[in-house]
Amino acid sequence: MSVTRTGPLPTGEAAAYDVVVVGAGVVGSAIARALARHPLRIALVEAADDVGDGTSKANTAILHTGFDAAPGTLEARLVREGHRLLDGYAREAGIPVEPLGALLVAWNEEQRATLPRLREKAERNGHGTTRLLSATELAAREPHLGPGALAALDVPGESVICPWTTTLAYATQAVRSGVDLHLNCRVEKVRPGDPYHRLVTRRGVLRTRLLVNACGLHADAFDALVGREDFTVTPRRGQLLVFDKFARDLVRHILLPVPGPLGKGVLISPTVYGNVMLGPTAEDLDDKTATGTTAEGLAGLREQGGRILPALLDEEVTAVYAGLRAATGQEDYRIAAHPALRYVTVGGIRSTGLTASLAIAEHVLGLLADCGLDPGPARPLAPVRMPNLGEAFPRPYRDAGLIARDPEFGTIVCHCERVTRGEIRAALGSTIPPGGPDGLRRRTRARGGRCQGNHCGAEVRALFEERSRERGSRGEGTR
Amino acid sequence: MNRTVDVLVVGAGPAGLAAAARLAAAGAGRVEVLEREAAAGGVPRHCARPGFGADALGRPLDGPAYARRAVREALRAGAVVRTGVSATGWAGPLTLDVTAPTGLERIRARAVVLATGARERPRSARLVPGTRPAGVLTTGELQRMVARSGARREHVGRRAVVVGGDPVARGAVRTLRAAGVDVTAVVTGLPSPAVAFAGVPVLTGAVVTELLGRGRLTGVAVRGGDGRAAVLRCDTVVFTGDWIPDHELARARGLPLAPGARGPVTDHGFRTTEPGVFAVGNLLRGVEPALVAAGEGRTAAGAVLERLAGHPWPSAGVRVTAEGPLRWVTPGLVGAEAVPLLVRPERRLVRPVLTLAQDGTVLRRERLSGTLVPWRSVRLGAHWTHGVDLTGGRVTLDAEEAP
Repeated sequence: MSVTRTGPLPTGEAAAYDVVVVGAGVVGSAIARALARHPLRIALVEAADDVGDGTSKANTAILHTGFDAAPGTLEARLVREGHRLLDGYAREAGIPVEPLGALLVAWNEEQRATLPRLREKAERNGHGTTRLLSATELAAREPHLGPGALAALDVPGESVICPWTTTLAYATQAVRSGVDLHLNCRVEKVRPGDPYHRLVTRRGVLRTRLLVNACGLHADAFDALVGREDFTVTPRRGQLLVFDKFARDLVRHILLPVPGPLGKGVLISPTVYGNVMLGPTAEDLDDKTATGTTAEGLAGLREQGGRILPALLDEEVTAVYAGLRAATGQEDYRIAAHPALRYVTVGGIRSTGLTASLAIAEHVLGLLADCGLDPGPARPLAPVRMPNLGEAFPRPYRDAGLIARDPEFGTIVCHCERVTRGEIRAALGSTIPPGGPDGLRRRTRARGGRCQGNHCGAEVRALFEERSRERGSRGEGTR
Repeated sequence: MNRTVDVLVVGAGPAGLAAAARLAAAGAGRVEVLEREAAAGGVPRHCARPGFGADALGRPLDGPAYARRAVREALRAGAVVRTGVSATGWAGPLTLDVTAPTGLERIRARAVVLATGARERPRSARLVPGTRPAGVLTTGELQRMVARSGARREHVGRRAVVVGGDPVARGAVRTLRAAGVDVTAVVTGLPSPAVAFAGVPVLTGAVVTELLGRGRLTGVAVRGGDGRAAVLRCDTVVFTGDWIPDHELARARGLPLAPGARGPVTDHGFRTTEPGVFAVGNLLRGVEPALVAAGEGRTAAGAVLERLAGHPWPSAGVRVTAEGPLRWVTPGLVGAEAVPLLVRPERRLVRPVLTLAQDGTVLRRERLSGTLVPWRSVRLGAHWTHGVDLTGGRVTLDAEEAP
């Protein structure tokens, strides 16, 4: 097991893998983790300098029930299974989840008429607990809604989750169970061969018997490297606004829009960190790097959000960001085995990928067997317990026992998010340490609050640099 | 650990320290100041420029010297100043939960003085679109970086754009230049900046429309007052001014905020609506000079002493709010006593006519002789609040410019 970020890749036998998974987003990391149960040589290879650095880091952070999936699709099945699996895994690994339930709020007669149909669809997807709410019931559940809410569909079980911790937990457990993680390692060419394919990266060549494409937005481009042209990924941009924690009391459920002919509308959702999120926009683009926000996008979100929850706009915005979803023009995933190439493509994983990730991983294991992989006996994975970033669960700054054992956990560095120096040091020394301050933010929340580093940015950076120096002086590579 | 003190001051900046010094000197008992940062003194610690009054010999003080003196005076008077200690929330009336390296505490006080200060709005709160690269700072973060790592451009950047036209923007320009960073331009929405920027081009009436670059900032897109768009190449952008009170503890206790000011409303004695809880300094409305904040701390100390002596908490006075082109007015509550008002306009107002009214009745209307500017407050004398009816409705202060 090792994590590399720079320098040449291992060579010889050390670089001959049974399976290489390309793409360390939530899906690729889940696949690597599932493979790590078996006595195999596995590598997880990622172009960016951190895991979960693409679509996995910038989404709506919802653990879906799949109530509104297209019945009978692979996505519907994997979302349903994935929800159950991830719910259990989150408890075991310490990933914050809050089962707030969702309300689909109807603001006009047309939307109200849609609600019973959505309820039927939910039942066909195996969710029999949804319920129609009258305007009065809705107002009692969500007293801060703007005027004009007519009715709602109550969907119990829809939850909010920490997407960063989820990806990091998978990857951490994979690495601790023997997987090699190579970051900053974009695959530029694939030379198919037998028994080994050769993957040419900027840091050297890897050999592998089987290959998994979990490249997210770039899944079509990676397919092209092995000569497949089955689909095209169109990036669909979603801009999001995150509001100050003072807004958290304004909303109790995940408020989902009712899908209609005029598009999907925006959602308002609490986050596990105690903020409120508003978004996303849905803009089909050509540029797979266009993760910037726009003035029109942000203004549109505020306009829509202000109608749903007027008091929201009085609060400060603590983050603006945009993520890209992988749309492929098909209302389902594009997961396919290519046995002749000993290759599995995991494409078109849309916004439900976080929810479905564990089920996708199990499904891909089956497809790899179809491609000739003999995984051998399964053994338990190395245990993993992630630091808690969720407001609904105990945080170190309130843990008297922990502070007594280590006063660093009683020293708050990031005041907005109450992140202690102990947590920052632990993240910097963790199995997959952050590559930069933004990675540290996703692991600890440091610099992620209302002041965005005004108070703590300098100290956080100093801690980061101190750790880098220590590592350098001890002669530790990035291995 | 549960403890009781006489006065708990949250925040060891100019206002909190001044209140603590006065209280300790007056024999208020145990006066404890909690400071969440590693050093006491507040924002002036990072402001290496004159403008912080003078020492006993009349020599001008810079921010760090002023901060040291404020800490020294509080300690000398007998106050306890604890650094690296965070008040994280309320356990009940006048009782705060505290996290410190030494453990958790629950501190009950006979009076609590909130002096938690203010911060500059970061890029996100200003809704500036674009990417999320490194190199995007506020003046506060810039100054802390330089204080910690030294004034060296490898720690900051090579070329910077400063956003804002208040005096604090000049502070950012100076700090950048001292660190060897080229300042490409100052971008301000103001029609003319508050201060001169010593040779740095100033784009007035301009806004930053987008941040550019991945990984590191490569530039900012700007739309000028004439509507023309341009890209300014830079690897650092500093957002300055645009203050918002750090009002977390005030809101956690449910204290009503003054609209515009976004700080808890108080009366002229800095009493909030909650008996025993006071609020002073920049927490009330964003930034005023350190000397003003410290003066508030000293004034509040008088009201705290009354509280400790058993005086009844006055029933909440009448709310005063700013209207029209006025951003805020403090205090937000007036009682029986006529008190001066502090007013900040939203924009430049030339010889405006100010009107104080209650329930449609004009209490006072007066033309000011000078010009109001959005980066400076103006004080209206106590005669303005004569005649407020304590049984009446809200009092409003409005302004209009003569045609």
